[in-house]
Amino acid sequence: MNRIVERFARLSREGKKGFVAYIGAGDPQLAATRRLALAFDKAGVDVLELGVPFSDPLADGLVNQLAAQRGLESGTTPAKVLATVAAIRKTSQIPIVLYIYFNLIHRYGMEKFIRDAAQAGVDGMLTLDLPPEEAEVYEALMRKAGLCNIYLIAPTTPNDRMELIAKRCAGFIYYVSREGVTGMQTEVADTISQMTKKIRAHTTLPVAVGFGISTPAQAKAVAASADAVVVGSAIVNQIALCGRGPDLVPRVTKFVKSLVQAVKKS
Amino acid sequence: MSSIAAKKVPDAFGHFGRYGGRYVPETLMHPLQQLEDEYARAQQDPEFQRDYDYYLKEFCGRPTPLYFAERLTRELGGAKIYLKREDLLHTGAHKINNCVGQILLAKRMGKTRIIAETGAGQHGVATATVAAMFGFECVVYMGAVDCERQELNVFRMKMLGAEVVPVKAGQQTLKEAINEAMRDWVTNVRTTHYILGTAYGAHPYPLMVRNFQRVIGDEARQQILEKEKRLPDLLVACVGGGSNALGLFYPFIEDESVRMVGVEAGGKGIRAGKHAARFQGGSLGVLQGTRSYLLQDKSGQIQLTHSISAGLDYAAVGPEHAWLRDQKRVDYTYATDKHALEAFMKLARLEGIIPALESAHAIAEVIVRAPKLGKDCLVIINLSGRGDKDVSQVATKLNL
Ligand SMILES: Cc1ncc(COP(=O)(O)O)c(C=O)c1O
Repeated sequence: MNRIVERFARLSREGKKGFVAYIGAGDPQLAATRRLALAFDKAGVDVLELGVPFSDPLADGLVNQLAAQRGLESGTTPAKVLATVAAIRKTSQIPIVLYIYFNLIHRYGMEKFIRDAAQAGVDGMLTLDLPPEEAEVYEALMRKAGLCNIYLIAPTTPNDRMELIAKRCAGFIYYVSREGVTGMQTEVADTISQMTKKIRAHTTLPVAVGFGISTPAQAKAVAASADAVVVGSAIVNQIALCGRGPDLVPRVTKFVKSLVQAVKKS
Repeated sequence: MSSIAAKKVPDAFGHFGRYGGRYVPETLMHPLQQLEDEYARAQQDPEFQRDYDYYLKEFCGRPTPLYFAERLTRELGGAKIYLKREDLLHTGAHKINNCVGQILLAKRMGKTRIIAETGAGQHGVATATVAAMFGFECVVYMGAVDCERQELNVFRMKMLGAEVVPVKAGQQTLKEAINEAMRDWVTNVRTTHYILGTAYGAHPYPLMVRNFQRVIGDEARQQILEKEKRLPDLLVACVGGGSNALGLFYPFIEDESVRMVGVEAGGKGIRAGKHAARFQGGSLGVLQGTRSYLLQDKSGQIQLTHSISAGLDYAAVGPEHAWLRDQKRVDYTYATDKHALEAFMKLARLEGIIPALESAHAIAEVIVRAPKLGKDCLVIINLSGRGDKDVSQVATKLNL
């Protein structure tokens, strides 16, 4: 069974909320990405979302743009990200989602990329700029490879589109909690519970909520109306602060643990 | 070739064959659908068409002349050359045709804020102009490098009341300005309309911008028929994203005898990072909302570009151009910085017209072709803009 599906089934059985951690692959290098993944697994992270660095990340705010830039500077390519996932798989079964811009897949060759990703041990992909309308072939290939095809729902998504997306999504639905790019916010949107309710009217898939969540308190608040909470920029920001220093993994993991605990306690 | 009329592009999802489409984050999908729907309604609304025509005529100064370039023709000794004088339009380039259309749409949609990207600054100035005229708040994103090389236009935008945001990411030119404009749009989409300045991006932009620019070709067709009693043999235009070229070409597309050439920026020559000729060094990819030809490395990262002309200095080309190239309906070539500069000076000295550096690329191609063509051959160049914005850059380059 797909590791994402399995993990959410377990969380549901145990009546627990999930925590999804986003980091940019290759930031500051791929060796660090691998060590962070293993440490996150031990810290109780349910899903690791790995951003594949792209030169033009137009859905991302400054923190993640800079992470992508550091990833590119350290020589990170889509092929090397897959090799890193394969290396993580030697010792960990943490569910892994690639957060990726479509041009990287397109250039690699869609069929080959999806096959290689599945073989490396990737469990799902969130292709930021590939809406269902353009994704028929992609979805079929993802299904065939046993990968979860994760779609976003946004505050601007009307009801009929929610239904379409819910039908074509697999693994979990990612609700973007506010209009905008990724980034840290001082307050979370107040429409979250209303929107997750609307989404649940169309699907039994778990709903993860992300974009702008940066503190344990916010994560806890959001977990009340979601099946899982996604934190990205706030973790990436910690990585940026540590840089290539020796305490990168323990310091970032400590922060991640505080988020995990906040979500699990709710 | 005769089949081109039968092939209706784009399809309902904005695909020009395998090009085009709508590749954007989910937050923008519904707003783009709303834009598409409103545009479709506007096209059926005689009042919208009346307003558009009115402002183009009374505010922008249309129709623009189709001017016989007598001395350039004599000097080159071949084809008879006409210039479509978009440089005489208010604000100095073809860009305002599209801006008038889009600001009227923004008004219909009840938006209160306008954003735009700009390379050469001509689209930014045109956007700031219509925003001022209709009382919209306006923010223009412009690469920091472009702000420097097109400083005159930065001052103009500020005087018109727009906020100009210099973008410092990447190579600090047009591509980064578009990224930043899209980030703004994703964040403020409920109040804001994004006036994209070229026939690029997610559906319906390539279709809509082409249609707002086709007035160039519609006029040119009528004017040449009046002056010469026949259709032209060759149309030449520069291609950045591709709006001035499509504007001129589109109304002639079914006229099989009319050949068309799009001229991309050859920069310092066709080597990676030194040019912006997508049909020379590019390959199929997806960038900033659409599928088309782009300059990318082997893993799909977008490559650096170079052109002396900020308006052509962009890594991707509009999807309809990629389609027209596949159909063999339009030929694409390039002009280097050096040839564009020579053409710039030649037009100034022979015709008393200082062209935009972008438009100078089209002139450069005609300088090569015209002598080989017979005297009975009719050529129309789209003089897409005037060169005021470029004078200090050119003066420095040529030690004037
Ligand atoms: C005068 C002029 N011509 C041409 C262009 C290129 O754009 P397009 O290919 O959309 O006509 C620009 C863009 O800034 C411009 O200012």
